[in-house]
Amino acid sequence: MKVSITVNGKATEHDVEPRTLLVHYIRETLQLTGTNVGCDTSSCGACTVHLNGEAVKSCTMLAAQADGCAVTTIEGMSKDGVMHPMQQAFMENHGLQCGFCTPGMVMAAVSLLNENTNPTEDEIRIGLEGNLCRCTGYHNIVQSVLAAAKK
Amino acid sequence: MAGSILGNRVLRKEDPKFLTTGGVYVDDLNSEPLLVGALHATFVRSTVAHANITSIDVSDALESPGVVAIYTAADLGLEPVAATFNPMAKRTLLASGKVRYVGEPIAVVLTEFANQGEDAAEKVIVDYDTLEVLIDIEQAMTSTTHIFEECGSNVVFDSTAIGMPDNTGDEMFADCEVVVKGRFVNQRVAPCPLEVRASAAAWDNDGRLTQWMSTQHAQGARDTIQTANGLDAEKIRVITPDVGGGFGAKIAAYPEELVLGAVAKKAGKPVRWLETRSESMTALGHGRAQIQYVTIGGTKAGKVTAYQMHVLQDSGAWVDIGAILAPFMTRPMASGVYDIPKIEVRTTSVATNTTPVVAYRGAGRPEATAAIERAMDMFAAEIGKDAAEVRRVNLIPKFLEPHSTTIGQTYDVGDYEESLNRVLAAADYTKLRAEQAARRASGSVKQLGIGVSVYVEITAGNSSGESAKIEITQDGRAVVFTGTSPHGQGHVTSWAMIASDQTGIPMDKIDVVWGDTDLVPKGGGTMGSRSLQQGGVAVHVAAGELVEQARKHAARLLEANEEDVVFDKESASFHVTGTPAVAKSWADLSIALASDGGLIQETDYVSQGATFPFGAHVSVVEVDTETGQVKMLRHVACDDAGKVLNPLLLEGQIHGGIAQGAAQALLEEVRYDGDGNPITSNFADYAFISAAELPSFEVIHMETPTPRNALGAKGIGESGTIGSTPAVQSAVIDALAHLGVRHIDMPTTAERVWSEIQKQKVKGN
Repeated sequence: MKVSITVNGKATEHDVEPRTLLVHYIRETLQLTGTNVGCDTSSCGACTVHLNGEAVKSCTMLAAQADGCAVTTIEGMSKDGVMHPMQQAFMENHGLQCGFCTPGMVMAAVSLLNENTNPTEDEIRIGLEGNLCRCTGYHNIVQSVLAAAKK
Repeated sequence: MAGSILGNRVLRKEDPKFLTTGGVYVDDLNSEPLLVGALHATFVRSTVAHANITSIDVSDALESPGVVAIYTAADLGLEPVAATFNPMAKRTLLASGKVRYVGEPIAVVLTEFANQGEDAAEKVIVDYDTLEVLIDIEQAMTSTTHIFEECGSNVVFDSTAIGMPDNTGDEMFADCEVVVKGRFVNQRVAPCPLEVRASAAAWDNDGRLTQWMSTQHAQGARDTIQTANGLDAEKIRVITPDVGGGFGAKIAAYPEELVLGAVAKKAGKPVRWLETRSESMTALGHGRAQIQYVTIGGTKAGKVTAYQMHVLQDSGAWVDIGAILAPFMTRPMASGVYDIPKIEVRTTSVATNTTPVVAYRGAGRPEATAAIERAMDMFAAEIGKDAAEVRRVNLIPKFLEPHSTTIGQTYDVGDYEESLNRVLAAADYTKLRAEQAARRASGSVKQLGIGVSVYVEITAGNSSGESAKIEITQDGRAVVFTGTSPHGQGHVTSWAMIASDQTGIPMDKIDVVWGDTDLVPKGGGTMGSRSLQQGGVAVHVAAGELVEQARKHAARLLEANEEDVVFDKESASFHVTGTPAVAKSWADLSIALASDGGLIQETDYVSQGATFPFGAHVSVVEVDTETGQVKMLRHVACDDAGKVLNPLLLEGQIHGGIAQGAAQALLEEVRYDGDGNPITSNFADYAFISAAELPSFEVIHMETPTPRNALGAKGIGESGTIGSTPAVQSAVIDALAHLGVRHIDMPTTAERVWSEIQKQKVKGN
């Protein structure tokens, strides 16, 4: 089947198997490999992208369900070589180590601040519960989001 | 002149890539020419825990869409290989004859596209004749069913068999006023790097195998892949792209990775492999998995005089490194920070029908610390004294010369009491105890628990050094080649800092190369918290030698005596004393040496021995006595890793370590049902800790440099886990101490805590 999805501002259109997950459309069809797959139960959030501006786990929906929508991945976050304030905050606060959860974590964090511009630490922790990280103990991720909220 | 960059909070050089386009992990290698047209491998895995294989029928599966080939051990001509740590135990890389755990690979399906593999693998029909399943360590020890028949026993490694003394029994405690016994389960946990295992293999026309792997140690993987494929050394290259976490579980190559070359060869095409998380949870090695029988004895005044432990180590269904961590890591560190005159430890490693046990963050030392810290708490409770004060009485006093413990381990430097003092002060321990007393007096449903741990661990204990090479390019950049291998630690930044500090070349002009065995043939990888103290020191030494080498070349070019040539780090150039205007830059020297092989310095750094980081942690939890729910309120950590290179990276390591320790203490456990079926084999069922279950951490710095290397650095990769696990566990138990609770095994889930409270109620407490 044919799907038309705007990804990072660019129109894309491809024939895909109906069972194709959005994350596979992003990673395999479009070869945008910043978005990762970390589990097979929609638990880890490494595949988080924005669908029409809101965070979704792209392993949990079909590419067909995103037909006609706008998707933003980590590759679409910096503008003219300048990182998004959330990306900058992660860098300045050592919010990443191995980097595998990072794209999904940044996308989830941006979405979190879109909904709540001035979250408490607890609100950030609960808001990011669906994004797992094994390296940072979440401490510096929370610091990054708090810092980004102040920007 | 500006001060040294070392010790500064330097942001990571590698971050912009990870944050904008993402890392390039094995599954992201889309433009690799050797992998064009690669087939996708999917492994058929055992669905039973212990059985003889009576037949494997692939006929239906071969008809599945996209299937190119299916290979079993017989198809690939795989011979049994012996386990490194017990050569009597043998298996084929793909199971033949017998399966020994759920998840063991049996056959490999090759498909045109990745998404065709799972469908086809399900159609491979394996007939089993099931055998008695052994999941419990103690049951396996006495069973007449032997998982590796050739071993004649399920005990696959015992410390007494290699000449370590046996335990003497209770007579050791004859002169003790107080004796306390415990049985502690240090449960099996899953390492869970966010990136699962992935590999790709391709043969070129000259019969050379290139294999990409998500590993902590490319050079080690190269050696085992070379052996598995029967290749000459020059016919194998291993490349490590970015690695999404390892935590010890990606140290050695696994059967799936060792067989991939043979698979690609037989298929005549390159092959890619990526496991699913559910596969990873049963086929990537697990960690910990000990039962500890502990006896501690001493005086009523609080002096511990004797400590005895028998560790039963679950080895899982292989004799991997997990089998030897108990004798070589847990045993020597058993008495921890305490001066205990009499100590005995025996370790017995046992095969079971479970996923093989490997190294996991701390690898044998968290287990040692958890045992002695639990024992110390129970001893303190028995004599009715404060846990922190009983520890203080027993600490080895500050030492700046090597100190040997009764069991025979020699520590480098230590000031344990100072770390305890600092962490108690930062936590405001007295106030916490007052608040606890108030809550107890009021009968509050939410009781406060305070856990204290003091630890010492061993880092870089199993490797003798590291090599480093620095090459200066003609545009004046430095390329650092290292045998260590990052998977989140920030080597690119750290090694650039170290090289910059000596050469004056700015960090943005320093590149770091690792993990490609053609470019870096020698290396010990990253494990056991060894990187900075061996790999980093090697870079430090190489950079110093590079400057001296360059000074000689500069003298020749400047037509001056060597001793008259000075190196100005600020301008990163060499000149004759008094005439800075005529200077030779790194680029000048590299260009001048172009026809002589360039400007390169290579160093094989020989380690002066292991180092022994130490520290103290205080954890504060709130336990709901009606539901058993535990909430972690605070965690204060004072970790001394010697001289600090970059506090930002140090803290990151401590934070991650604390979280993994807390995860084991509170939530995580790999579990099997009685038939050996894993019941925590995905992220929905395994209680992987999230941000919502943790507080922010309070990190207190302390620096006691080690004399064993030029940077004064010890390891920090595992300390956080070692200190936090017992502190968090003890905090939960401490919250219920007034009810009579002395011990709860990890993980201290709400169910377990609630059950323990009910038990005490029955007793009338």
